[in-house]
Amino acid sequence: MFTTASTAGQKIGQMFAAILLFAAVVGLILFIAGRFTGKRDRAIAALYLLPTLVLLSVGLLYPGLRTIYQSFLDASLTNFVGLDNYKTIFSDPEQLTVLRNTAFWVLLTPFVATAIGLLYAILVDRARVESFAKALVFLPMSISFVAASVIWKFVYEYRPDQRNVQQIGLLNEFVVMFGGKPVQFLIESPLNTFLLIVILVWIQAGFAMTVLSAAIKAIPDDIVEAARLDGVGPWGMFRFVTLPAIRPAVVVVLTTIAIGTLKVFDIVQTMTGGRFETSVIANEFYSQTFRSDNRGFGAALAVVLFILVIPIVVYNIRQLRRSEA
Amino acid sequence: MTTAAPLSTTPVSKSEGKKLSAASSAKSKLTSPWASLVAIVIAVLWTIPTFGLLVSSFRPEDQIKKTGWWTFFSDPTLTLDNYRAVFDAENGVNLADYLLNSVVITIPAVLIPLCLASLAAYAFAWMNFPGKNFLFITIFALQIVPLQVTLLPLLQLFVTMDIDGTFWTLWLSHSTFALPLAIYLLHNFIKEVPSSLIEAARIDGAGHVSIFFRVLLPLLTPALAAFGIFQFLWVWNDLLVALTFTGAPEISPMTVQLSNLSGTRGTAWYLLSAGAFVSIVIPVTVFLLLQRYFVRGLLAGSVKG
Repeated sequence: MFTTASTAGQKIGQMFAAILLFAAVVGLILFIAGRFTGKRDRAIAALYLLPTLVLLSVGLLYPGLRTIYQSFLDASLTNFVGLDNYKTIFSDPEQLTVLRNTAFWVLLTPFVATAIGLLYAILVDRARVESFAKALVFLPMSISFVAASVIWKFVYEYRPDQRNVQQIGLLNEFVVMFGGKPVQFLIESPLNTFLLIVILVWIQAGFAMTVLSAAIKAIPDDIVEAARLDGVGPWGMFRFVTLPAIRPAVVVVLTTIAIGTLKVFDIVQTMTGGRFETSVIANEFYSQTFRSDNRGFGAALAVVLFILVIPIVVYNIRQLRRSEA
Repeated sequence: MTTAAPLSTTPVSKSEGKKLSAASSAKSKLTSPWASLVAIVIAVLWTIPTFGLLVSSFRPEDQIKKTGWWTFFSDPTLTLDNYRAVFDAENGVNLADYLLNSVVITIPAVLIPLCLASLAAYAFAWMNFPGKNFLFITIFALQIVPLQVTLLPLLQLFVTMDIDGTFWTLWLSHSTFALPLAIYLLHNFIKEVPSSLIEAARIDGAGHVSIFFRVLLPLLTPALAAFGIFQFLWVWNDLLVALTFTGAPEISPMTVQLSNLSGTRGTAWYLLSAGAFVSIVIPVTVFLLLQRYFVRGLLAGSVKG
């Protein structure tokens, strides 16, 4: 049951065994809880929380603390090196490129995706084909980043500029059509990073659109009506009615996409593997830890990632508090 | 935390009347033809890449390599060979195995956290015990821990426990990562159940167990569905966790195989296009069928991971 399954039968068997095992655990907990009569909340609560607390402390808390500790160790996790790993992250030219790329990603993706999502939400609002139009933009959200990257490989692909060689990438086809020379989109830095960012914008715009569209629809009609009677024009309507009303939702969308963007790994890994100066922190973490066995350094990168997430979350919570007050 | 935002996620019933929203009145004055044109441009830009992949996946291998998918319109040749190839063991890529792995990984990774989180959420919502608030806030805060921080120590732990290279690594890690969000989401739903319902059941002599099953579970279905779908798509589409823990190809999911295919030199475009499409079909179907719940789960789970 705890071995590597190799045949289809074994795999399915193990799957059911795992489900049954956890069902049995839950059943046992409920059975014991049922024995307690009266108001023995403490004992029952402890029982109910037991599996969760075990998993969270062993699977999240302990590894998290251990990674922080390991970030002060060397590549093989044997010697203490102080802050050296962190110094490297902020001084090594290669790592500075990684930081620069991460900054590009985090600054561009949320704003571009939100702007497009908002524009589209407004444009299709109460249109005849609204739900269909929305589904088109929202579908990329449900597929994996890997599949999305494969889709975009067919857009960015490059073929050398020779006779009898046709471009098979859509973007280069357009370049050639307008008389340009085909470009190696995924190799030319920093262009390649921006083109990878386009993929994430493509995925996230649907998320922004969905949330913002819901917020737009929640604006009370009488406010809109009153503004219109006051002779507010379309731009004024957007600037003074729509935008203030959906501001909390915009903040949520921006911060959510920013957090997701910080951890972007799949796209870089699938498109370039982090080569050609496209690496970002999350990808660098993976290659350093698991490919180069540079483990202390990888741990430090993970911790930096964690630290970068915190201010965004704090900002998010603050804004929500303010809007609720 | 995102559910705290004053958002209504339930689709607004389409009032066909003359009511105008702020957005639509802004739009209508923006000279409608232009507004429609911009909307169509965005819709086309968002659809074309996927459409290109779909067309490519049905084109013969040598054509995919030599000409762009748009030549299909002047020279339409269609074939199912690419799809046959990705399911053919002789090519060394039999996607059926990886598809099965994805299913085997995903189902327990959705069910396990659902069960455990329901219990915990119930305890947080309707029981009194010391340290309750502190514990709840701690679990809530764990949502923001990036997975990256946990991966290497977890891998070492799995090796010590001698379950590395098994599905258990994925089931346990995905379940653990899902718990903070699941508990938070379910807790919010359980909290909204009127206490009079619970009290009435108590007076009838029902214990915690029967209250949970008879009163709460039926009311909880939308929340369970919302989280279930969110988690399903999260696990199904995950690459990082799978790459880290599945050293053995025997248990790798689709995403890992697809990523491998796309990384190899001299890209096998015909396998890549068909393979990508196979991997897309399931999440897109789930999404289309259960869109309503999906959006809700998405809104709630946006800071996870």
